[in-house]
Amino acid sequence: MQKRFVTIWFRYLKTDWFCHRHPELLHLPFVLTDMDHGRMIITAVNPVAYQQGIVAGMVLADARAIVPSLIYLDDIPGLPQKLLRSIAKWCIRFSPIVSIDLPDGIIIEATGCTNLWNGEISYLGSIFNRLKQIGYNVNAAIGDTPGKAWGLAHFSDQQPIIRCEDELNAFLFLPVAALRLEVDTVKRLDKLGLRQIRSILSMPRSVLRRRFGNHLLMRLDQALGRQEEIIQPVQPVEPYSERLPCLEPIVTATGIELALKKLLELLCKRLQQEGKGIRKLIFRGYRIDGNIQAIDIGTNRASSNVNHLFKLFEIKISSIEPALGIELFTLESSKVEDIHSTQEKFWDKACGLENPGLIQLLDRVSNKIGNGHIHRFLPAEHHWPDRSVRIAASLDEKTTIQWRTDRQRPIHLLQNPEPIWATAPIPDYPPMLFRYQNKLHKVKKADGPERIEKEWWIEEGQHRDYYAVEDEEGKRYWIFRSGHYSDSYQWFIHGFFA
Amino acid sequence: MFFQDLFQFSIGSHDLKNTNLINRAQAGQKLLLVTKIFSKIANYLCNGSFGLVMLSQKADIILQLQKEILQLQGFRYKASDDFIRPVLGPIDSSFPNGVFPLACIHEFITQSAEDIAATSGFISCLLSSLMNKGGVSVWIGASQRIFPAALKVFNVEPDKIIFINTKKPKELLWLFEETLKCEGLAAVVGEVSEISFTASRRLQLAVEQSRVTGFLIRNNSRNINVNACTARWKISSNPSIIAGDIPGIGFPSWNIELLKIRNGRPGAWQMQWAYNKLLSILKPTMVSSTEQRKTG
Repeated sequence: MQKRFVTIWFRYLKTDWFCHRHPELLHLPFVLTDMDHGRMIITAVNPVAYQQGIVAGMVLADARAIVPSLIYLDDIPGLPQKLLRSIAKWCIRFSPIVSIDLPDGIIIEATGCTNLWNGEISYLGSIFNRLKQIGYNVNAAIGDTPGKAWGLAHFSDQQPIIRCEDELNAFLFLPVAALRLEVDTVKRLDKLGLRQIRSILSMPRSVLRRRFGNHLLMRLDQALGRQEEIIQPVQPVEPYSERLPCLEPIVTATGIELALKKLLELLCKRLQQEGKGIRKLIFRGYRIDGNIQAIDIGTNRASSNVNHLFKLFEIKISSIEPALGIELFTLESSKVEDIHSTQEKFWDKACGLENPGLIQLLDRVSNKIGNGHIHRFLPAEHHWPDRSVRIAASLDEKTTIQWRTDRQRPIHLLQNPEPIWATAPIPDYPPMLFRYQNKLHKVKKADGPERIEKEWWIEEGQHRDYYAVEDEEGKRYWIFRSGHYSDSYQWFIHGFFA
Repeated sequence: MFFQDLFQFSIGSHDLKNTNLINRAQAGQKLLLVTKIFSKIANYLCNGSFGLVMLSQKADIILQLQKEILQLQGFRYKASDDFIRPVLGPIDSSFPNGVFPLACIHEFITQSAEDIAATSGFISCLLSSLMNKGGVSVWIGASQRIFPAALKVFNVEPDKIIFINTKKPKELLWLFEETLKCEGLAAVVGEVSEISFTASRRLQLAVEQSRVTGFLIRNNSRNINVNACTARWKISSNPSIIAGDIPGIGFPSWNIELLKIRNGRPGAWQMQWAYNKLLSILKPTMVSSTEQRKTG
């Protein structure tokens, strides 16, 4: 079967993308620039700027002399590659074999695909129109070799050309640059008066090889189909998902569990081979009546352990309503991370925060009662009691700050200090007695005051004078007076000592 | 006298049947072992005509048998636990085998916020030895009551404790049980006020499997019922003792009451946390007469 290739040339790839992002640029002359030896060099132009005589490779200052209203933006390095890759992935809808042709093209092997679009004209038209809708200026051509298609896309005026015999004729009348030659070779051919492909086609090969090297012959052979050109197709990343259709609709919890286990085993097998683990997972059941039942889980650390993941789901299985039955199950992972495998120490079970059992437990807990209920605390460099501890972001987080023990701190700290009524003999003395929750406490022993300023760079407010006091029963409290004696002050209780 | 001891054994085995039995399969197994013990006792009786048995020998036999029964009741003595086992001085003699029982549930009864603070302090003392080999503990409660910075005073690494808070009582119990099942944790502290007999048995089952020590703080519980916990404590604050007229509030000191202990002897002690260990207050020194003074 004769092979067919489509070549798409994105004449203004980068600027088209910028216009797509910023539609206001569409009708204005604008260029992308990059610094090169202290000069701003234009790397890409848009059609409006091109019509006014600006081309890539110009110095920006020169271009602005020609078009004073020229808009210029910074070029993004590596952008064409990224764009072409995503366009190539998108083009897989037209053919399974799509490859990138840097810097500005895509080659699609369309062998056997065109008849799905009722012929090559509508196939090519479809590609052309869809890309145009997105906002890309494209030239596309179809040919029996990638080389021929490339030449036609770049240099032919009458596009698209379909019939094979026309194709060859048209190709022969193209300029030699259509053979994808180096600039030097093209210049030398031009000097010798060899301006069209047909003029070099009739020359003996040995002469061409001697004068222009092997590259010209190779390109010629590739274009004419004498030598096969290998193209490297884009491989799309397969999503981490599995599906399980059922012969009979599933209505029981046991059935759902079986399906879930089967899917998990399939998915985890693949993940283990790739050394990856799951952070987020969604299990969906498609009901006969069109409803979709879904449960999802998340893990604190990437995991590919079937039993652990199953346990996380197990709590939520009861929330699935099978109604008349579920006919299709899917398992999809929306977040996958690399697993850093650690050596398991089976002789040392109390292995601290890295204990896999603990991590699995915390996963189960956060899936059952929700996030934001599990905390680990680290010291923070603040004097204000509420700010002197902070919640650790992760289980492994470490800090260089040490826990302080030089100041007395209560083991129970009230979330909000509660106002109390207290009597002190003279200012700055600890109180003699205080009333808290309708009970009078006589202070027998006391420590303090410890003055703590409200850190003004965070929050404005009165300072606190803290006292640790013990009443006649030996109960210990952390109480403070807010503010100076001279102005309005209030006594509060803030915690209980052990 | 020997018959009296024997009688105690038989009571012990009854006790075992009533409180410690978790499921029927286990019950059957344990009954089998109890009959084994009885046959051993019978052996002793037959071999030595017991009139001739020396008093010391008799004591040895009883000790031996007591140990075997303890083992059947789930008090497995592991030498490796000694590295993390809290040493409580005079209290230790009340425990079975004379050591603080690990891998079981200790219940603490509290009535007020001050009690909880005292209890938390005492538990922190226990945690300090349980966690001294780099272990991690989990503290479960309805709200974040503990101020982590204060734990360092009791020689506990605050960042090695994971706090889990949830308001729903049912979730609290589920959490406590799940956490107790997790092997490799040093200890689990749970602030759960109401717990049924069945729930407590479930907890006991969990710790027997995982060998994690559980501390259950029951604040203002409506009914202090019979449950499967190994020990029941009550910790209350005690006026601290300061020698001479040094200002300040002194070391934390507590009245420690061991209300119930399976296979042990309940009792009450006064102890204080000083110099990074629990010390018993033997002879109270004079409390200073001038109670208030400016300190700052």
